[in-house]
Parts: sequence; C-alpha cells; structure tokens
Amino acid sequence: MRKKCLDLSVELAGVRLKNPVVVASGTFGFGREYGQFFDLSELGGICCKGLTLHPREGNPPPRIAETPFGILNSVGLQNPGVDAFIEDELPFLRQHDVKVIANISGNTPEEYGVMCEKLSEAGVDMIEVNISCPNVKAGGLAYGTRPELAAEVTREAKQHATVPVMVKLSPNVTDITEIARAVADAGADALSLINTLRGMRIDVNTRRPILKVNTGGLSGPAVLPVAIHMVWEVASAVKLPILGMGGVSTGEDAAQLLLAGASAVAVGTALFADPCAPLKVRDGLAEIAARQGLSAVRELTGGIRPW
Amino acid sequence: MPIQQICTVVEMTQLDASTWWMVLEVGKMVEQHGLRGGQFLHIKCGDNQLLRRPISVAITGWDEPEDLATLIFEVRGEGTKWLSQRRVGDKLDVLGPLGNGFHVPEIEEDCVEIEERHYLLVGGGIGVPPLIMYGWSMPWPRTAVLGFRTKGKAFSSVVSRFQEACEKTYLCTDDGTLGRHGFVDGQVRELLEQDKSFTQILACGPKPMLKSVAKVAAEFGVPCQVSMEERMACGIGACLGCAIRMKDGSMKHVCKDGPVFNAEEVDWDA
Repeated sequence: MRKKCLDLSVELAGVRLKNPVVVASGTFGFGREYGQFFDLSELGGICCKGLTLHPREGNPPPRIAETPFGILNSVGLQNPGVDAFIEDELPFLRQHDVKVIANISGNTPEEYGVMCEKLSEAGVDMIEVNISCPNVKAGGLAYGTRPELAAEVTREAKQHATVPVMVKLSPNVTDITEIARAVADAGADALSLINTLRGMRIDVNTRRPILKVNTGGLSGPAVLPVAIHMVWEVASAVKLPILGMGGVSTGEDAAQLLLAGASAVAVGTALFADPCAPLKVRDGLAEIAARQGLSAVRELTGGIRPW
Repeated sequence: MPIQQICTVVEMTQLDASTWWMVLEVGKMVEQHGLRGGQFLHIKCGDNQLLRRPISVAITGWDEPEDLATLIFEVRGEGTKWLSQRRVGDKLDVLGPLGNGFHVPEIEEDCVEIEERHYLLVGGGIGVPPLIMYGWSMPWPRTAVLGFRTKGKAFSSVVSRFQEACEKTYLCTDDGTLGRHGFVDGQVRELLEQDKSFTQILACGPKPMLKSVAKVAAEFGVPCQVSMEERMACGIGACLGCAIRMKDGSMKHVCKDGPVFNAEEVDWDA
C-alpha cells in the first residue's frame, strides 16, 4: 500500500501556516537566538516578543522563578519599541520562509491602533493583540479582564490593521467565554490562548517573594490542562480560529489542543528545556496524525468526542 | 555560536560534601566554538527540572576524540543535586558555549601587539574556578587573591593551579582558618596601595564581594571586570529573564551580554 502523504498545513484567520507549530510570544525574542539552533523556516509561524509603542526596560530582577513543572516570569514587556522592531528585526525575520506575527501591548486603545497601522504597513503577516499581560500595571491585563474594554481595543486594532488581528486572552478571569464573545463581536479574526496564569512563590527564609515585583505569570507543562480546558470552552462559544498554547512540549500535548478546538498551537516555555522543542512537537504531531490515518493534521481540529 | 551537544561525563570527583569536579567530553566545542573558562554551559538536569542549570566552565582543552571541559560546581538545589549524582559514562544534554567570559585580548584570536599588563585575579568561593584559565594563559605577570568561607573550602586541586601559574597567590578566609582573616576586598586594597602596576582586575564570586571589589578598583582607578549571576531561563538571550540593571538605567542580560561586565557599567545599588 502506498504511504499516504500527510498535509501539515493549517489556516489561521486566512493566513496559511506550513505547519501548525508556532512559537509563543516572549519566549523566542525576534528569532535570532533560536535561529542558531534550527532554521526558522521550519516553523509555521513566529509570535514575536511583545512590542509597545515606545521602548520599555521591563521589570527589575529577579524575573524568573522555577515552579513544579513550570516557571513564573515577570519580564514586564521589555522591548525595543515598535519602530526599532520594524527597522532592526523584521528584515531579519523576513529572510525566512515563516509567518511573522507581531505581538502588541498598549497603554490606551489608541496606542494599539497606531501600532497596528505601523506593523500592517511594515508587512507583518498577522498581529497578535495582547490584552492579557499579567506583568505590567497599565493596560495589559486590565483590557483582558473586562469585556467592554477588550472589545474597544479589538475595534481600534481592527480599524487600523490591514492584516488579520488575533486577540490573546488571559486565563485570569472568571469566564473566558465572556471575553472571547466580546472580542469576536468586535471583529477579531482569531483568538490565541492562554496567556500565563498569575502566580507567586516565596522564599521561606527571607520571607520575600522570589520575583522582585512579587507576582508573575505561570507557564510550562503545569498549565497544559488549564489551556486544553479553556481552548475547549472558547471553541464551543465562538466560531473564530484559535491558536492554542500553554505548556505544550510534545506532539501529544499539541494534538490535545487541536482536538479541543485549536487550529494551530504555540510552543513557548518548552524551548528553555530544549531549543528544538517546536520541531519535536511538529514531528510528534505528524506521527500521531499519520498513525490515525489522517491525510491532514487540520482534521484533528475540534475532533474531541466529549462524554 | 552555541550548539546543543550530548556530552559524556569522563571524570567525577567529589571535593567536599557539596562540591564536585566534573569533566565532560564536549565534542569540538573548544576547538571549533572557542569554549573557554568564564563562559558557561547550560545543562539539562533530569526530567523533573524544567529549566537547565547554567554552570561556569573552569578549564577547557582540545582533546581527541573530543574536547574536554571541567566544571567545578556546588550543590545548591534539586538541579545541581541531580548533576552531582552523575557518574563516569553518563550522558548530559548541554548547550554551549554560552556567555562571553572575561575580555582578555591576550587569549583572544586576532590579537597582535599589546602592551604588557598586570592582571589581578580575584575569586570568592565557587567563583574561584572560572578564573583558573586566566591564571595560565597570559604572558604577563598575574597575581591572585582567593577568598573562601573556611580552610576546608580552599581545595588544593583548585588553589594549587593558581599557585603554579601566578607570581603570587594570596588566600583569605572568612573565619581566619587559612591565610588572611577577612574578605578579599581588604587584601585587594592592600595590594593596590602597595603596587601601582596592576592594569586590570578580573573578579568572580558572590555579588556582595564583587560590589566591594568594584568599589576598591574604582577608588584606585583600575579597570575591573566582574562575572555576574542572575536567575536564568533560556540561557541564550531570547527570554530576557536574567536581566541586571546598568548604571545608565538600561537592562543587560547575564546570559548573552555577560556573565562578565565592566564593573563601572553595573548599577550596584539596584
């Protein structure tokens, strides 16, 4: 029997990714560092480090604390600003055959609009609107926890963007479907979830939190079940395509997010354990799809058989 | 440029209850990628530790069939405990070379004529080993000041390397059980007062020690490089986790911009 050829490509808000594995914003910089370990063209897409209108130095250290099967971070959106990204980083990314997804955070809805305009013009493939960063005081998470503010930011972004807009949701809410619906109604083209879960660790000897700003965002394998559940909830509530993320480190993890309703997955924290984790996730996913006799990986999306 | 390499443990010696001397076969990381003392390797420490552990490199050498790197590390937590339980023949998943190491033109490539320099190596505790190679590889006179908590921590296998390579090696202990009673900065001050020929200080050790050495160096106008530590995740400059604040308010990252910085750049009060 001839071996079936497996199609790895997926579509996310009209953008075709050659495979469903993207790298998550904040874990991958602008690609240069991990590009030393593998060819960036092997990825489906790159969600770039979160950008703000003006450069930010981020939070004081320590910014990292290890937790059981996870890490807390409080980097605080350190970035060179959107203009420097367009000038210095985008041309490098463009040398690779990979979809570039710019991630943005604003202090006001207007700032989101300005950044969308600049980035659309600069030619990114998609914009991921971050309304869920737990590590900054202004904007960030505030927009992600209130439906009317989330909708306002989404409308502003959509108005100024000429490329698809994906809104990144926070898990730090009572009902994530409420925010998802508000963002969908406001015109978002896709959703990405989940951002990190708010968390904390304390040194019992000094009685000080490990992180200098006390709290941070939890990521890594520990959060995978939360991500699967929330992707499932959101996929059941809205029609938008979903980029699923949260603790993915194997093909099986990724397959679970796809079955729960995601169209593509992002790998983040797993990179810190293994720089080639995204490629292993891709290959593992392909193996599962092949074993199940599928002709395309995208057939997994939403394939869950709930009890 | 860093690579990912599966490395074999070829030597494992326990120096005391919590300190280990480990030699790894590191492929051609020394010959082809220029791994040297003062840089670090980012080592996966078993399946239960998500993050790799950055371990400073003490000694490197070209070898056949594979180059060798010596790591001298202390058990601080679960990751380093796992590392201490490795035995000869075990394999480790390693990223390296990472970080910059001390900037010493004499041992860097493309270096031609330079004026004679007098280096002062200042190490504290587990910060002593990353200076070993800098004692050996320079053509100029070197002086070493090595500080330890107590006599039992001044391992002869480490200290003797400085005594063989340096013109003079001064030892200090916090409790006075060996050498001068007190911290290294007192000894450094005395040396700088007596001898104006020092052109550069290279320092590695705990942050309070680095801060006081940097202060003395600044007083005497001697350039000083310090090797810093911070909690680290990716190890290659992507995640921006291991930030430290510079005097000008900017952030730099221990893994990529460091671990060695010019002492005058660092905001010591941050």
